[in-house]
Amino acid sequence: MTALLELQSVEARYGPVQALHGVSLAVEEGSIAAVLGANGAGKTTTLRAISNTVRRTGDVLFAGSPLGRRGPEAIARLGIAHVPEGRGTFAELTVWENLRLGAYTRPGSLGADAERVLSYFPWLEDRRHQQAGTLSGGEQQMLALARAFVQRPRLLLLDEPSLGLAPVLVTEIFRIIRELNQREGLTVLVVEQNAHIALQLAHTAHVLEVGRVALSGSSAELRRHEAVRRSYLGY
Amino acid sequence: MATVQTRDQPGPGRDLLAVLAPLLRPVSLLLIAAAVFLIVGSLTSEIFAQQTVAGLAQGAVFGSLALALVLIYRATEVINFAQGEMAMATTYVAYQLIQWGLGYWEAFFATLAFAFVFGTLVQLLLIRPVQHRSTIAVVIVTVGLFVLIDGVVGWIWGADIKFMPSPFGQQVYHLGGVAISRQDIGTFLVTILSVIALWLLFQFTKLGLGMRAAALRPASARLVGVRVDRMLALGWGLAAVLGAVAGLMTEPSQFVLQPTLMQPVLIYAFAAAVLGGLESPAGAMVGGLALGVFLNLVGQYVHFVTAELRLPFAFFVLLVVLLIKPSGLFGRPRVRKV
Amino acid sequence: MSRPSVPALVAAAVVAVVVAVLPFALSGYHQGLAALVGIYFIAIIGLNILTGYSGQISIGHGAFMAVGGYTTAIMSRDHHTNLVLTMLMAFAICFALGFVLGLPALRFSGVYLALVTFAFAVSVPQIVLKFSTFLGGSGGVQTTQTVSHVWLFAVTWAAAAILFVLAWLILRGRTGRAFRAIRDSEVAATSSGVELPIYKTLAFGISAAYAGVAGSLYVLATNGFAQPNEFGVILSLQLLVGAAVAGLGSLWGVIVGAVFIGLLPTVSSDVPVIGSEHGQDVVFGLIVIIVILLIPTGFAGLLARLTRARAGA
Repeated sequence: MTALLELQSVEARYGPVQALHGVSLAVEEGSIAAVLGANGAGKTTTLRAISNTVRRTGDVLFAGSPLGRRGPEAIARLGIAHVPEGRGTFAELTVWENLRLGAYTRPGSLGADAERVLSYFPWLEDRRHQQAGTLSGGEQQMLALARAFVQRPRLLLLDEPSLGLAPVLVTEIFRIIRELNQREGLTVLVVEQNAHIALQLAHTAHVLEVGRVALSGSSAELRRHEAVRRSYLGY
Repeated sequence: MATVQTRDQPGPGRDLLAVLAPLLRPVSLLLIAAAVFLIVGSLTSEIFAQQTVAGLAQGAVFGSLALALVLIYRATEVINFAQGEMAMATTYVAYQLIQWGLGYWEAFFATLAFAFVFGTLVQLLLIRPVQHRSTIAVVIVTVGLFVLIDGVVGWIWGADIKFMPSPFGQQVYHLGGVAISRQDIGTFLVTILSVIALWLLFQFTKLGLGMRAAALRPASARLVGVRVDRMLALGWGLAAVLGAVAGLMTEPSQFVLQPTLMQPVLIYAFAAAVLGGLESPAGAMVGGLALGVFLNLVGQYVHFVTAELRLPFAFFVLLVVLLIKPSGLFGRPRVRKV
Repeated sequence: MSRPSVPALVAAAVVAVVVAVLPFALSGYHQGLAALVGIYFIAIIGLNILTGYSGQISIGHGAFMAVGGYTTAIMSRDHHTNLVLTMLMAFAICFALGFVLGLPALRFSGVYLALVTFAFAVSVPQIVLKFSTFLGGSGGVQTTQTVSHVWLFAVTWAAAAILFVLAWLILRGRTGRAFRAIRDSEVAATSSGVELPIYKTLAFGISAAYAGVAGSLYVLATNGFAQPNEFGVILSLQLLVGAAVAGLGSLWGVIVGAVFIGLLPTVSSDVPVIGSEHGQDVVFGLIVIIVILLIPTGFAGLLARLTRARAGA
């Protein structure tokens, strides 16, 4: 299986501050990969580098070809859905309008996607006309995920989906992510501070430290790895 | 925050409260009180009614120009000082088309099309390069555009007075002693219909949704594939269309066309937009109507405020609103969709 | 902005010499034009202090010029006051007015302030029309004394020199630093102890005072006749644009801005096709837009870039 996504020595900076010092990793098609690391390690920046919402140098290859200087809109149209920190939902618009935006790049309206998305998130039906900003944190996270799913992406980038959520919701969201991966074949790259649950979900993981990949491997390997256990799993 | 936490209440009670809540806000109560005042006044005095009706027609024009300003401001935080002059220029275009033999309404729609292209081009060529720079830079570009348009219009058509046919005729209807001109009715209807058409575009089309998303949260909009820069240009195009409507509807009430046509209207539109809240499209229309009626009534009943003082009075309103409630009547984060 | 660089001093000396010699070389009409440039020079310094240095946008300085102009006209008409004295009165009155108007302006920033000052500029001529008994209405107010071109030239440029030096002194000191701090970041300025209200209103007062003096001279330049449409909104627009072309935030480009506004109408009316008064608006607008698009920091910025390039090379 070829890598759907490949980063080659990607560097990124915020003004004078360099956040990524050469990140290289690959994500196989159909797999779930996790990016772990402490605060400030560059996890969020890695996702931003992929969707080009931060200036980067180095190559990002999607399905074999480089993304180049394409802007975020063009990258979204290629089939990469990025759910950023803060979810990227439109608080002022209704739930349904948020979902409709997922189908923005395709001709026509929500159509058949409506049924599919409701099969994963049935509660959305009741809340169609509710303003997205009035949803609870967990509901907004799921709305963000639902909208990303409507985009019918090949690659889903998730930035800290568990942030600020109660454990039971976190389990629920990760369950849905796993289902989306297994049933729809969606490739997922998820950034997580919660290493525990990330390693349970993902097939492979990459540990970032100070803007570089310190470790890569299958989740099973990393779970057994001494340094990982001590720093990120707490035992 | 004015949001009503409706999640915690069960069933139909929740829906009812959700509908009523906005009406119970102080602003809505104020508007309802004002409407009652106007209705009672109109029923009592004919002059009051006449001024109110005329005020509504003028106010609709202020409102549509104000809406143009708000559309642009919401998306880009730019106040287009040249909006009035752009509207004036498109009115001259209509004049020229009529001179060349087109019927009024054909010229009207042709002008709207021209305005759309004009507005889009202005954004692409002049605003986009300076958008990300300082506020002052953008202000100066729009100011430069103001002067440029004045020059171009004067150069092509001259500053002397021109006459444009009125599309509505001079007929005056009498409703129980109150004289209502066909002009006022026509102006009001055309303006309101254009605003409604725009609203439909924003609410129900994918493009409209994209434009709203681009204005609200450009970064998030890009992530779903919305070409934000393109939406901004289109926004300017639509704003120019609204301006064109305002210009064409101002003209009949003046009967004459000259380059200074829209300068006072721009000030009234500013006052209306600020009154309604610079981020609120509904506010712009309501502000416009309110200002139009208010100006007429004050001009009628407060003898100090003569014709010369209408503009300073609007400035006064602008100042007071900005000092007391800078976010305007509707300027809170909206709870319900527009 | 500490000690001026040697090139700057040399340039200033050259300009001073040119200005001193000019009246002998020019006819009366051209002396009048040169005086007009001086008038705009003064007004633009003032506007630059407000917008370029303290970061508060004003599209209303034409209104302050109106106040200064009418002060001179009325004092002359009713009291036959010495004209230079009326200029000083204009300075004082406009300073007070600007200071007072700066108070509500504290509540606005950025575009809102631009909006308010714009509306103010439109309103003032209308108010003049309203109070026609005292202010002469559309008929205007006529001074009782008229002045010769030479007088105008001499007084204008003398005032310009004095006011330029005054501005330079103010801006290089603590006040100037406070202004610049406010422009760059109000939050940072406050936290370093700059009392915003005082300095912001001071900036308003000073810039209004300058505009007032310019207005006085402007009335004298137009045959001592103060009229409402002379001080319309276009004047305020021209001032802002002139300041931008000059380069906001620097005094050295102001002369270019003044020349631009003062001479463009006459220059462009000599060119065929462009000839009419409308043509000059077209040229004016075009130049402004092009300058802002291509040289955002205006002439002064261009100058700075050139001198920096030479120093670095």
